[in-house]
This record gives sequence, C-alpha cells and structure tokens, in this order.
Amino acid sequence: MKSLRLFATFFKIGAFTLGGGYAMIPLVQREVVDNHAWIGEEEFLDLIALAQSAPGIIAVNTAVFVGYKVNGWRGVISSVLGATLPSFLIILLIAMFFTRFRENPHVEAVFKGIRPAVVALIAAPLYKMAKSAKVTWRNVWIPISAALLIWLAGVSPVVVIVIAIVGGLAWTYWTDKTNKEGGNQ
Amino acid sequence: MIYLRLFLSFFKIGLFGFGGGYAILSLIEHEVLRYGWMTPQEFTDIVAVSQMTPGPIGINSATYTGFTACQTAGMNEWMCVAGSVVATSAIILPSVIIMLIICQVYLRLKGNKWVEGSLQTLRVTVIGLIAAAALLLMTPENFIDRWSVALFVLVFIGTLVLKMHPILLICIAGVMGHIIY
Repeated sequence: MKSLRLFATFFKIGAFTLGGGYAMIPLVQREVVDNHAWIGEEEFLDLIALAQSAPGIIAVNTAVFVGYKVNGWRGVISSVLGATLPSFLIILLIAMFFTRFRENPHVEAVFKGIRPAVVALIAAPLYKMAKSAKVTWRNVWIPISAALLIWLAGVSPVVVIVIAIVGGLAWTYWTDKTNKEGGNQ
Repeated sequence: MIYLRLFLSFFKIGLFGFGGGYAILSLIEHEVLRYGWMTPQEFTDIVAVSQMTPGPIGINSATYTGFTACQTAGMNEWMCVAGSVVATSAIILPSVIIMLIICQVYLRLKGNKWVEGSLQTLRVTVIGLIAAAALLLMTPENFIDRWSVALFVLVFIGTLVLKMHPILLICIAGVMGHIIY
C-alpha cells in the first residue's frame, strides 16, 4: 500500500513538473511534507540540499531519499519508477515518431527558429547562477578555464569534475594547515 | 555491443553529473557527440523537447539517445526500446547507490570540512560546465543566418530581463521560425 502510494505520488510529480530540477521543489514539498507527512519540514530542507549536492538527476535523488525513508528498498523502487516513468514514456513516443516528423519542411522551419532560442535559454541564467554559486573575481578563473577546456580543448567534463574535486580537497587541506600554523604561533 | 556502450556512457553521466539540469547537459553532449549518436542539431532539438515535456532533462536525453543510437545502428523498433531502457536505467543507477549511502551517513557528512570544501569548488566549476554546454551548441548548423542571431538575442533578453517562461519563449521562437524559413 505504502509503495503504491509512493509510486502514485512520484508519478504525479514526474508528470507535472516541466523543466525539472528546481521547478519540482514546491510540488515535492506539497506532496511529501504537507499531504503525506512522510518527512518533516526541516528534514525536507536537508533533503533538498543533499539531492542537489549528490551527483545525478535531482528528481531521482529526491525520490530515492523519500522512498527509502518511507518503505526501505521497496519504497526506493516504487518512488524512482514513479518519478522516471512519465518522462520515459513521453520521450519514447516522441523518439518513435519524431524522426518521421523531422523531415517535414514545416517542422524543420519551426526547429530552425527554436535552436538558437535553446542556446539562449541555457546561456541566459548563467550570471544569476554564478552569483548564487559564489563566483567572485578571485575564483572566476575556475569556471572560465573549465568552459574553455571542454569547449576548445575537447576535454571530457568528467575529467574537469574530477580535477575540481581533487582541487577542492587540496585547497581545504592547505587552508586548514595554514590556519593551524597561524594558531600555534 | 551498443547496449554496453550506452550503459557505460550514461552510468558515467549519472555518476559525475553534479548540479542537475543544465549542468548535466555538457556531459551528455560530450558522450553523445563522441559516439555519433546524435548531431549537435538533434541534441539541441531534444533539449527543446525536454523543456516542453515534463520530467528531468537527464531522463529525457537518456531515453531519446538510447532509442536513436540503436536506430542509427539499424536495429528494429523493439531493440531500440531496449536501448532506451538501458540508457535510462544507467543514468539512474548511480543516483540510487549514492543516495542510499548518503541516507545512512548524512548526519555525519553535514558540515564536514572536506565535503564542504569539494562541494564549494564543484559549485563554481559547474557554472563553467553550463557555459560549455551553451558554447558547444553555438555551431553554424544551429546559427544558420542573421535571423538565428536575432532570435538568440530576443530569447536571451526575454529570459534575463522580462523573465518570460522558457516554454513560452520556445513557442514564440518556433512560430517565428515557421514565418521566417
């Protein structure tokens, strides 16, 4: 029963959130905290922070956390299936028929207009995102070199991410050490 | 062995895709273009479709790529559906494993200086990844003439200044495309 309700709830979340990610948070809160009381208000904030910090799709991360909390392993399977099935089914249908549509000159004209728009949609929020990620004049070289490495040098984003993690750990070690030495003197 | 390749690529995307949404785009782009599973235009189209349909971009791209990669390899429709299942499960699997581990230890991880330190660098780096996703899509195929540049600027302003909804902007761009071309 619990697993079925988890499946239904996450299916609804998956089917009604356009844009994914951050757009999904208010709906998840209403379903999981207000309607079902599966987790508390404060735990929800932790959950969102965790789901965003962990790698992978934020919606799936959220589903795993809530599913596990409510009904262990079986809960995880039902919530994750519920969260992914709507987009899986819709895109599968599109993939089956879109290739046939694409040849159509009307559809092709529409997509000629849409393509530069999509690039703008990705690029426009960058400044705001950079501010909330605490990008400053002192560390702006990090995202710039990451972008250039991927764009011009063809480096895999995976490599860039691994470098960022190692660099972050090294920086923590270094600042920690200098702080301690400063404290001893 | 296309299934194995799909699985490994999307597992990698799920494992290293920090920041969700647009931040995962450059990882998907890298893998999809590397194996020739999609052209840059096709990839742009699927991002547009993702914006207009419900669900996360990661799932949408995995499902779509799984299907088209098998289709390009000349497989029949059911084998293509299997390709979608493989790619979609592969991108989900790392999330499930990692989040289950995190569920057990998250109270101890909270405020840990090593975790915080690497996350802070990651957050900053991810901005570069999103920029790269946009730059990689600035191809001559996506920007065919001056109208493309005009539409780009229009949508850029629409998002940043007028705070218009992405779906509305895509619809406007689509209608304009139909009128222009």
